[in-house]
Amino acid sequence: MVSAKAAAPQSADRPDFAPWRDADAKPLIQMRNLVKRFGEFTAVDGIDLDIYPREFFSLLGPSGCGKTTIMRMLAGFEEPTEGAITLDGQDIAGVPPNRRPVNMMFQSYALFPHLSVEQNIAFGLKREGMPKDQITERVAEMLRLVQLQQFASRKPHQISGGQRQRVALARSLAKAPKLLLLDEPLGALDKKLRTQTQFELMDIQEKTGTTFVIVTHDQEEAMTVSSRVAVMDNGRIMQVATPRDIYEAPGSRYVAEFIGDVNLIEGRAGVWVDGQQQIHRHEGEQPLVVQAETALPEGAQACLAIRPEKVEIFHEKPAHANAVQGKVLDIAYLGSTTTYHVEIAGGLVLKALVANAHKDLETPFTWDDQCWLGWTARRSVVLTQ
Amino acid sequence: MMGRFTWFNATSLTLGFAFLYIPILLLVVYSFNESRLVTVWGGWSTKWYGEVLRDEQFLDAAWVTLRVAFVSSTMATALGTLAALALVRAGRFSGRTLFSGMIYAPLVMPEVITGLSLLLLFIALDVNRGLGTIIIAHTTFSMCFVSVVVSSRLVSFDRSLEEAAMDLGATQAQTFRLVTLPIIAPAVISGWLLAFTLSLDDLVIASFTAGPSATTLPMKIFSSVRLGVSPEINALSTMLIGIVTVGVLSASIVSKRSAQRRAAQERAARAAGQ
Repeated sequence: MVSAKAAAPQSADRPDFAPWRDADAKPLIQMRNLVKRFGEFTAVDGIDLDIYPREFFSLLGPSGCGKTTIMRMLAGFEEPTEGAITLDGQDIAGVPPNRRPVNMMFQSYALFPHLSVEQNIAFGLKREGMPKDQITERVAEMLRLVQLQQFASRKPHQISGGQRQRVALARSLAKAPKLLLLDEPLGALDKKLRTQTQFELMDIQEKTGTTFVIVTHDQEEAMTVSSRVAVMDNGRIMQVATPRDIYEAPGSRYVAEFIGDVNLIEGRAGVWVDGQQQIHRHEGEQPLVVQAETALPEGAQACLAIRPEKVEIFHEKPAHANAVQGKVLDIAYLGSTTTYHVEIAGGLVLKALVANAHKDLETPFTWDDQCWLGWTARRSVVLTQ
Repeated sequence: MMGRFTWFNATSLTLGFAFLYIPILLLVVYSFNESRLVTVWGGWSTKWYGEVLRDEQFLDAAWVTLRVAFVSSTMATALGTLAALALVRAGRFSGRTLFSGMIYAPLVMPEVITGLSLLLLFIALDVNRGLGTIIIAHTTFSMCFVSVVVSSRLVSFDRSLEEAAMDLGATQAQTFRLVTLPIIAPAVISGWLLAFTLSLDDLVIASFTAGPSATTLPMKIFSSVRLGVSPEINALSTMLIGIVTVGVLSASIVSKRSAQRRAAQERAARAAGQ
């Protein structure tokens, strides 16, 4: 390498990369009160969102939640009904797709079937009027990036699905857009290839330093690749946070249930002491305690959320702040882990996930066994929405 | 599926083909008849082919027919493709069904009526009837056939291909020229071929709209048959059959070969990707 210094800003160190916490950071994209209606149907319902340069941002949600509509508005295929989108400080309303410094990788890849891999990648560069020798150079560079040098002259139907995905990526990155939109980029690949491609995608994003906005309904994919995730439902954003915060500190029941598995225990707020909130399931029962920064009004409806892997299962009553007795209802053995479904008082079924670190041939619990579930206050969160 | 060759199948197949091809076969055989009298066999000869190729009137008519077919099918292809694009792409608007119905109505309209109405129009506009009017008439009736062929291809066209082109910086015109047109080209070409053949064999509409200055081959054949079938006509018709057969066969061989090649390449790509 010629200069390590010049290369340094190219690799945004993931742990330190958090422009959304920096008050001085200038967002690349700003959406303000963005609304899109199709006739009677409101697809996007008042969205405010900032996306920063070099982010790998995910819009995550079930189909019909409005995530694709947001992406199409960023690309210029749809115009907002209300509100504004700015890119680099400039309002992009009314700018047609071919004049935006934004490129998109389509879910179907949309490779031009009559053009070779090379010609597909060169398509955007030619429209730009780039000189021929530079186009050749840039295409070769993109082919190297996605490791498809030997397939340059093939047609799209002559390469495999994974290779097509990479051609689509190379084509959308060729013009070095400020923003790359990816619509379910791995949706058409099989599971094994998808995992491998996720890491390739992250690698390429870091190498090129492009801002990626990805639309997906696959939570695992969003968690793996993103710097931040926006969880969407019914045209609204439910929560925007890093994958870790989304998982460990969900803001609502919807988010907690959408990402991963969760036990939700409904109850009423009791007293709040020293950063710990008490929650009563039933009158006269030992209250559950959960870490909370602010107190809830006493008697308010509250929900304790605890992930199954954070619940431990015991034969005897544990010393944990939260301990509930129950009966083993079901055992799901998955090889690496075992999930116990335990019925506690009031008929509620909680799940406890245990990693099978030891090679015990006998499981320590069997059906209908009496057992105790325990967890500390720090491991759970309280939800009010 | 087991192909069982029963007597019933064999008989119905024979009858069907006989029904279709005996008249044509008869015509081909009689075109090699030595005798002037069509129904009397006078031995093998190819002299009538020579007669046809020396007949100025027939050659003129063939030349007119080819020019009309070429120009009218090209115009019909352009118009029909645009109509198909508009109808498939316009989405839902009120009266859409009416419009698409109106495009397809000429398909089932009796040719006599199309011919007559065009004739009335040309008279009303005081246009000199001739080559131009036949071309206009043929364009009118064959563009709806082109439109049907092209729109069936457009229905399965992936719109994201066009969006991708625009996204990569192409204008609407460039998108059409560089992406849409090359992909729907097979349908456009078969639309053109269909329009060309329709124009070649049209008699009714051409008779209504042609003036004394222009006579197409079907008109010429029809008028000479009224004076009695001559062996020359048989020879001419056999040549036409030959041209059409060669065209159809080569087109289907070419498309079958390319489909096979494509399937083989796709198999290879899948195998390599695993």
